[in-house]
Amino acid sequence: MAAHLKKRVYEEFTKVVQQQHEDLSTKKLRLTKPSKSAALHVDLCKATSPADALQYLLQFARKPVEVESVEGVVRILLEHYYKENDASVRLKIASLLGLLSKTAGFSPDCIMDDAINTLQNEKSHQVLAQLLDTLLVIGTKLPENPSVRMRLVEVACKHLTDSSHGVRNKCLQLIGCLGPVEKGVAKEAESQAAKDVQKIIGDHFNDQDPRVRTAAIKAMLQLHERGLKLQQAIYSQACKLLADDYEQVRSAAVQLIWVLSQLYPESIVPIPSSNEEIRLVDDAFGKICHMVSDGSWVVRVQAAKLLGSMQQVSSHFLEQTLDKKLMSDLRRKRTAHERAKELYSSGEFSSGRKWGDDAPKEEIDTGAVNLIESGACGAFVHGLEDEMYEVRIAAVEALCMLAQSSPSFAEKCLDFLVDMFNDEIEEVRLQSIHTMRKISNNITLREDQLDTVLAVLEDSSRDIREALHELLCCTNVSTKEGIHLALVELLKNLTKYPTDRESIWKCLKFLGSRHPTLVLPLVPELLSTHPFFDTPEPDMDDPAYIAVLVLIFNAAKSCPTMPALFSDHTFRHYAYLRDSLSHLVPALRLPGRKLVSSAVSPSITPHEDPSQQFLHQSLERVYNFQHLDPRGIQELLEFTIRDLQRLGELQSELAGMADFTATYLQCQLLLIKALQEKLWNVAAPLYLKQNALASAAAKQILEETYKMEFMYSGVESRQVVIIHHMRLQAKALQLIVTARTTRGVEPLFGMCEKFLQEVDSFQRCFISELPHMQGSFVDKLLDLMPRLVTSKPSEVVKILQTTLRQSTFLHLPLPEQLHRATANIIEPTGESDNPLRFTSGLVVALDVDATLEHVQDPQGTVKVQVLYPDGQAQLIHPKPADFRNPGPGRHRLITQVYLSHTAWTEPCQIEVRLLLAYNSNRSKASTRIPKSTWSESLEALPPSENGIEGTIPFSKPVKVYIMPKPARR
Amino acid sequence: MPEIKVTPLGAGQDVGRSCILVSIAGKNVMLDCGMHMGYNDDRRFPDFSYITQNGRLTDFLDCVIISHFHLDHCGALPYFSEMVGYDGPIYMTHPTKAICPILLEDYRKITVDKKGETNFFTSQMIKDCMKKVVAVHLHQTVQVDEELEIKAYYAGHVLGAAMFQIKVGCESVVYTGDYNMTPDRHLGAAWIDKCRPDLLISESTYATTIRDSKRCRERDFLKKVHETVERGGKVLIPVFALGRAQELCILFGTFWERMNLKAPIYFSTGLTEKANHYYKLFITWTNQKIRKTFVQRNMFEFKHIKAFDRAFADNPGPMVVFATPGMLHAGQSLQIFRKWAGNEKNMVIMPGYCVQGTVGHKILSGQRKLEMEGRQILEVKMQVEYMSFSAHADAKGIMQLIRQAEPRNVLLVHGEAKKMEFLKQKIEQEFHVSCFMPANGETTTILTNPCIPVDISLGLLKRETAIGPLPDAKKPKLMHGTLLMKDNSFRLVSPEQALKELGLAEHQLRFTCRVHIQDPRKEHETVLRVYNHLKGILKDYSVQHLPDGSITVESILIQATAHSEDQGTKVLLVSWTYQ
Repeated sequence: MAAHLKKRVYEEFTKVVQQQHEDLSTKKLRLTKPSKSAALHVDLCKATSPADALQYLLQFARKPVEVESVEGVVRILLEHYYKENDASVRLKIASLLGLLSKTAGFSPDCIMDDAINTLQNEKSHQVLAQLLDTLLVIGTKLPENPSVRMRLVEVACKHLTDSSHGVRNKCLQLIGCLGPVEKGVAKEAESQAAKDVQKIIGDHFNDQDPRVRTAAIKAMLQLHERGLKLQQAIYSQACKLLADDYEQVRSAAVQLIWVLSQLYPESIVPIPSSNEEIRLVDDAFGKICHMVSDGSWVVRVQAAKLLGSMQQVSSHFLEQTLDKKLMSDLRRKRTAHERAKELYSSGEFSSGRKWGDDAPKEEIDTGAVNLIESGACGAFVHGLEDEMYEVRIAAVEALCMLAQSSPSFAEKCLDFLVDMFNDEIEEVRLQSIHTMRKISNNITLREDQLDTVLAVLEDSSRDIREALHELLCCTNVSTKEGIHLALVELLKNLTKYPTDRESIWKCLKFLGSRHPTLVLPLVPELLSTHPFFDTPEPDMDDPAYIAVLVLIFNAAKSCPTMPALFSDHTFRHYAYLRDSLSHLVPALRLPGRKLVSSAVSPSITPHEDPSQQFLHQSLERVYNFQHLDPRGIQELLEFTIRDLQRLGELQSELAGMADFTATYLQCQLLLIKALQEKLWNVAAPLYLKQNALASAAAKQILEETYKMEFMYSGVESRQVVIIHHMRLQAKALQLIVTARTTRGVEPLFGMCEKFLQEVDSFQRCFISELPHMQGSFVDKLLDLMPRLVTSKPSEVVKILQTTLRQSTFLHLPLPEQLHRATANIIEPTGESDNPLRFTSGLVVALDVDATLEHVQDPQGTVKVQVLYPDGQAQLIHPKPADFRNPGPGRHRLITQVYLSHTAWTEPCQIEVRLLLAYNSNRSKASTRIPKSTWSESLEALPPSENGIEGTIPFSKPVKVYIMPKPARR
Repeated sequence: MPEIKVTPLGAGQDVGRSCILVSIAGKNVMLDCGMHMGYNDDRRFPDFSYITQNGRLTDFLDCVIISHFHLDHCGALPYFSEMVGYDGPIYMTHPTKAICPILLEDYRKITVDKKGETNFFTSQMIKDCMKKVVAVHLHQTVQVDEELEIKAYYAGHVLGAAMFQIKVGCESVVYTGDYNMTPDRHLGAAWIDKCRPDLLISESTYATTIRDSKRCRERDFLKKVHETVERGGKVLIPVFALGRAQELCILFGTFWERMNLKAPIYFSTGLTEKANHYYKLFITWTNQKIRKTFVQRNMFEFKHIKAFDRAFADNPGPMVVFATPGMLHAGQSLQIFRKWAGNEKNMVIMPGYCVQGTVGHKILSGQRKLEMEGRQILEVKMQVEYMSFSAHADAKGIMQLIRQAEPRNVLLVHGEAKKMEFLKQKIEQEFHVSCFMPANGETTTILTNPCIPVDISLGLLKRETAIGPLPDAKKPKLMHGTLLMKDNSFRLVSPEQALKELGLAEHQLRFTCRVHIQDPRKEHETVLRVYNHLKGILKDYSVQHLPDGSITVESILIQATAHSEDQGTKVLLVSWTYQ
């Protein structure tokens, strides 16, 4: 027994000792930890065979190495390297050296000499290549050391004569990456290698191995990228490489030619086999055009892409790319494009119903026909008809870029682009529609072209139709028939695909406002008015009728004579539409009608919108409420919030701003209400029930502040401070409420400490903004900070309560642009009565189609939530590819959501909604503050505080009727 | 001088009956074995007696290659192999092997059953013939025998059409068959690598034509059909069963899908359905779009296209009907045409060429009143459209292929003489290669300059390349070695190795020369003088005076002896090796 007791005593004693040690434990552990290098050394010594050693090295490579021990490890590796006979092990060691020198924070100059020495006696080509690769890594890690680079380049030059392609490859790569870029340095160094890197690399353009040739060209390009001006002499060499047998060489050569053409566009080069001379850029353009009909599609894509960026080329050459001459049995034939144009100019409308309409006309002089086009001829004609869609897309892109810089070319390429609307691959069609939209400033569509364009409106793909609507928004149409045609086709589209409604209205809005004079003569016909008879009033809810009205009203905006043609009901409809679809129908100056704009006094400068003024005025009023009694304040706030919300509904461009401020005021209102509660005067524990209101208010304010911070795009740091400040107030409120409702002090300790930490971090994050916050909650709190830190929780709570009551309401400065992130789920519509049936346990795919506006980084933040009737919620992260970006600030989510559930007895509705995920780690405030502050705060703050993640629902939920059936046995 | 001989038995300055004999380095190959559509007598098949009068064909021909399944390229095959008698291998691609017998059987039926000919090949013969066929894959190198190898390249044109490279040693010939350089709705474009053959035998159907873009034509075509269907009209498209028909089906299928159209499309059954199965199977032979999407849906499973029934022709409402035959001369297409011709809402589209005398030709040339059998007069009120969808390379395409392959000579077949003349001139002018266009039975001989491969030991190669500056393979390099010709093989070996192998002893060749000098002094004095003199002049070389009284300058030996008769004259013996 005694012995036992004694043992216990000892046990306890040892325990105590251990605790004493614990303070130092972290340091001690680090000291006693066996060094990585030592372990490796032991392992390698143990290895009996090369295979064993290789295994050890492989294992070793999987683990990271600390910066301090890198050098030691390298030494050990090198030691083994010299001893090792097996090439594969040496290879692995060489690659490990490269990996190790990549370690962040390690400066590899200390191991460079050793690494170069290893090259000397190496026989294996593979190991040599790997070692050179390691040297390349070392060289790139030491950018500020020209002498080291010089030495490495010298080493590389020495090995250029190696018989293995791999070694030569690496040498060239090294020279390309490390070769001296400035001429001056090369002269000073006076070493052999520095002669002229360009010359050295250029010599390998004729190497026997295609891989080395490619590497040489790539090295040259690398030099160019690093800022060395390539010599023009290379051009002729590069041109020869265009005829190489290997596609990778040709592909690289095309790039090189392009680079040279950008460097020396105006130099003159001779045309071989004649004594003419042309500009280099034109010559290069011709050569690259030639490559558009290369045998390898990789080269074709490359060539087609590069064509787009050669904007200095002369227009004469540029227009040749669209040239094509047809012939049939040696007689000249007109192309379909020419025929269409001719028909159009002769005033006849497409007949083309005869055989031999395209019959060949005049005889061609056989000598004059040039079958193999020299230079640029017909490059795009080829590119657009290529069999690989990658080439076609590249060609369309190139067309787009060239057309943007040359209006005359834009006019010419129109026919070809219109043709591409008919491509078999949707991506190509889409791309060409987008291209057309981009160049639409430079072009006017002919009627026959418009006809072809409009035919695509019936496409079943929504993307295509919407892209086309976008295109029509900014197209110039030349005749009133064109407008009529467009309207008819759009209405046809509307009946076929009613979901396109919004997009079509928008399209007509722009079409109307762009062509008021063309719409004017159409008005009577469109409104079906008659000079003598009254016609029946059309149905106001008919989307087609609304579409027509949108067109007319937008045209009437800049055409004051138009309203005279309207009938009575048109005016009534105008008033209705102006209110219900204010974003589509502009304000009109109608006779005998008061207009919002006419009411505005002329003293106001035109750019200052009255509604914006209203916004500012109402805010001004709110900020001056200090002298009002509490009741008055509340009422004022309530009214202002209501006003702002209504303003947001009416004025779409101010919606973000209005909502934002309304939310802020709402928070303030909640705070005031919570503080007005009578409970504060009563002994705490008795009023548990009333507390519900205050705590709910605190919770809601928190939520709203997150919304304010993350749901609006364009929020600046000034606003973020205010938002954070509001959040701090809410947290203070929470603390007070908890203090009042809970018994005992224990839990309060932690809470107080946390709160104080938050105040602290707030101060650190927004130190620069603090001077603007005179008299605010935080300002006062910081004054009291020394007292707070030392005092007891109950006291802290008391102080907080008084500060909270006394603090002033902060002004919320408004940024220039503020947009609220919104989402609208188009599909599913939620109107279907037919349940989606599927067997329980299996999955059913639900198509979700939604438009997102003003969402930053939707790929990372937007989630889909599915709520089942049993309260089960499912969060789905859509794939990044599901997001499309049709325009600035707009995104489109088209994805599939997989649903599954156990069997139900009857169909029931589930809810689908979109959520915006946020993470206060990625908070806008923290990204905006300078880096140093950020890292400091990161170290200081406990991680849990930083990682508040949450989601904000930002779309209306849509109900979907589903029915999981039990599986049949 | 080695040569390649080419003799067209058919398709020389002509279209139809393609059959070309090629002898290359002692091998005889027959390219294609077609029939002529214009003849019904003996001229419809190539004259195989040209090859041999009384021997067996198998002894004369090493192999037969069929480029694709059109009858003018394979129509005479059963006759050739079964009736004339050939037992050697016949090469064709997998799709060709699958579809070819269907067409042959159809051809046989028409000739024997309809026209009542006798002495024609039978179904069994077709089957027997197909047993001799060896199917090849694209880009697969097939060794026909030890030396002869063939390789197929994609040719577009129709499903399974291929170009063939025939290679013996270093000499090679490429035969294109029919090919298409622009992709269409179901097939890709022909492609060949830079194989630099000695001879390229190319078709030249459209030697003098440069065509407009396919997209324009398709769009016009679809627009017309769309308009007609929207108006409630019926569209009749007479087609031949294979090739174009599938392309048009895809064109319509995708268009219907794209535009969400509902009007029914019918296809008259028969041949097509069988052929469609093969189209579905050989997805790898089709174009990029079909290959990429077939996992979701095989484009040849036409969703919108249904089988036609005779009764449907009277159904009200719009419809599109594909019906055979393509020239409206008989059968279903003509029946439907008669029913619909009277309504101006309807439309007939002729997607190809029509032979003179057929109804198709008549309506295309604008005739609106047709006399049918039984003295009936049919008034044509419906619209008549012509759409050309031909799948041959045009002049530009031919030039493009020549540019890709970089041949040393070009030979044109499968085209009209006048048109070929133009293209020939162009080819010679642009590429500076000689171009030939033999007529049927005319032999063209092309001299080749084949390179002869020689084996060299790696050691020797390395040793030799190590001498001198950088290895620069683009320039010829001089090497020292011994060429050994032994057992029908060439080897370049080092001289020592050669001596060893041949069991010969090494002989050293020395050149000597005697110089007489008038010098009364003693021999060794003369030697000393010469030595000092040489030492004075040749400072950079090692000049040695050997104890035996001779001087060496590197490997040159100098000895001095007194003249046997005149002591005052010294004879200097200079001796050096060959270097």
